Amino acid sequence: MYDTGKVITGLVIFVGIFTFAFWYTAGTAAPRPEPKLDTPEIQKMAKKQCVEDTQFMITTHMQLLNKLRDQALRDGNRWYVNSKGEKVWISLQNTCLKCHSNKKDFCDKCHNYAGVDPYCWDCHIDPNRSEL
Amino acid sequence: MSMDRREFLKAAGLSAVAGLGAKGAFDLFMPGDVDASEHEGHSEHGEGHGGMAEAGPKVRLAMAIDVLQLKDHSKVDKIRAACDNAHNIPHWDSKDDEIKWIWEDEYEHVFPDSHNEYLADEVRELPFLLMCNHCDDPPCARVCPVEATFKRPDGIVAQDYHRCIGCRFCMAACPYGSRSFNWFDPRIPLKAEGRKLNPRFPTRMRGVVEKCNFCVERLAEGKKPACVEACPDVMIYGNLADPNSKIRKVLRERVSLRRKLELGTKPSVFYLV
Repeated sequence: MYDTGKVITGLVIFVGIFTFAFWYTAGTAAPRPEPKLDTPEIQKMAKKQCVEDTQFMITTHMQLLNKLRDQALRDGNRWYVNSKGEKVWISLQNTCLKCHSNKKDFCDKCHNYAGVDPYCWDCHIDPNRSEL
Repeated sequence: MSMDRREFLKAAGLSAVAGLGAKGAFDLFMPGDVDASEHEGHSEHGEGHGGMAEAGPKVRLAMAIDVLQLKDHSKVDKIRAACDNAHNIPHWDSKDDEIKWIWEDEYEHVFPDSHNEYLADEVRELPFLLMCNHCDDPPCARVCPVEATFKRPDGIVAQDYHRCIGCRFCMAACPYGSRSFNWFDPRIPLKAEGRKLNPRFPTRMRGVVEKCNFCVERLAEGKKPACVEACPDVMIYGNLADPNSKIRKVLRERVSLRRKLELGTKPSVFYLV
């Protein structure tokens, strides 16, 4: 092989640059987000339970929110009957964020970690802050 | 069966004539559907003011505005402020960017078809409050390509901002100018004004059309519309389908006008004069 030294050096430099993102951030992985549940409303609850099971809410809250949004807005039915038969008033700002009054430490925590940017907040406001 | 060329041609010719004739007969006696979508639309919107007496819907919400009381202009300001605050409506400097849910204009512009140069000065100078007419046959809902705007069973013409793609067909279709487009982020002026927002209602985003929603979110909670709450003597709302409702009573007793009736949209906002 001609120019072995140059080729090998070139390959090493190439692989180094190509994998830069991996070794540069190695060991600095962001810790798993721990959304906070210590809001005054939640503290007051006897049984700390959202409208559905915690596991269901973690994995499926987006589909549930989508479904409830259409039910409230398009069908005009603002009562959600959950799997336990309890009635819940459908409102992102007035029901969800009433308990989860810590949007920054709850919603944003996981959304930022997962790199998702739900457009809810383009219109909906955090009712616990009077200014934008 | 054997057939020579001559017989074959005779049979073919006869069949052709019979076929053409049959098509003509079909068209004559069984005309096809002209435009299915149009008929469908009419049956869907057929309910409402027209056949209301017997078969109509159980609830048909409407608003009556006692414009004679608006001589006191402070009431206009009060009503508009109540709506602005309830729905986080921004104020833009330019008229082009204006977001209008409830606004005012003079008789000549509100009723251009029945303008009369000998009109009583009192009426000519009145501020008329304008809002979405929540039509029985809303042209905005018909043209919306994504069904973002639609008529609810109680007659309210609602707008779903989640679906709106900002095509502005509805703005072209609305004969009352009741719809406004968010050319810019409505939060810019809200922030600049330092307004205290209503935490119970969202803002809108850039690129969607908005309009009066008859306070559908307040009605759901059992409250009155914000304008009615601000000036219950001016804004009278109620159920047109109920002959004993407050609005039917006031419409029986007073002369009322509606805007651009000749267009057939059947508006549900009545002006008491």
